[in-house]
Amino acid sequence: MSITVIIPTILRPLTNDQKRINMSGFKVSEVIDEMEQQFPGIKAKLIAGGAAHRFINIYVNDNDIRFCDGLATSLQDGDVLTILPAVAGG
Amino acid sequence: MLTIHSRLINAMITQALNDHPIETCGVIAGPAGSNLPLRLIPMRNAAQSDNFFQFDPQQQLQVWREMDARCEEPIVIYHSHTDSQAYPSHTDVEFATEPQSHYVIIPTNFLYKEEIRSFRIVDRMIIEERVRIVHQYQAELELQMVA
Repeated sequence: MSITVIIPTILRPLTNDQKRINMSGFKVSEVIDEMEQQFPGIKAKLIAGGAAHRFINIYVNDNDIRFCDGLATSLQDGDVLTILPAVAGG
Repeated sequence: MLTIHSRLINAMITQALNDHPIETCGVIAGPAGSNLPLRLIPMRNAAQSDNFFQFDPQQQLQVWREMDARCEEPIVIYHSHTDSQAYPSHTDVEFATEPQSHYVIIPTNFLYKEEIRSFRIVDRMIIEERVRIVHQYQAELELQMVA
């Protein structure tokens, strides 16, 4: 199950400046676990208390995982997982 | 320093006043590495609040993909402050994730009698910068401007 992950600017220091990385997994959470093995520290930037951080957007292709099954959202070969920090403030 | 065309400044102010008392927000894209804001994209404030904004996540995905395809980056990220001074709030700093962007704040409460201000926010440090408003860009760049 080959998945392309698109890494935002702010997390690229953790991925040796790579913008696109190839991972594998059947669910979003499995991809994040594999990322953590290759790029230690990245998981804590994405997940807290078993769910994606409120202000981290994760998309599978065009779909925000909040409106799918969250971290349990299933993946298919060739899917693109995009990570984008929410742009927010007060 | 932020160098920016007056039409882009006017477009941000008009949008902010139209959206008041809800906070307005948006992005101005430009060629990656150019430091030149060109293409203004108003964003939907998913929070619809007078003291908070969040780019609509679905729109953000589309806009970020489009910038990527055009080799652009967010040169300016702007929002309004509807009832406070034009200075980054605690939450603005907490959520600032684009160290190369100019964070522009538009005050919409005239009590504060303030102009637009611009900041860099890097590693939770706020650095105010001068805003240089110009009335023209080079001709070919001006043709690419969307305001």
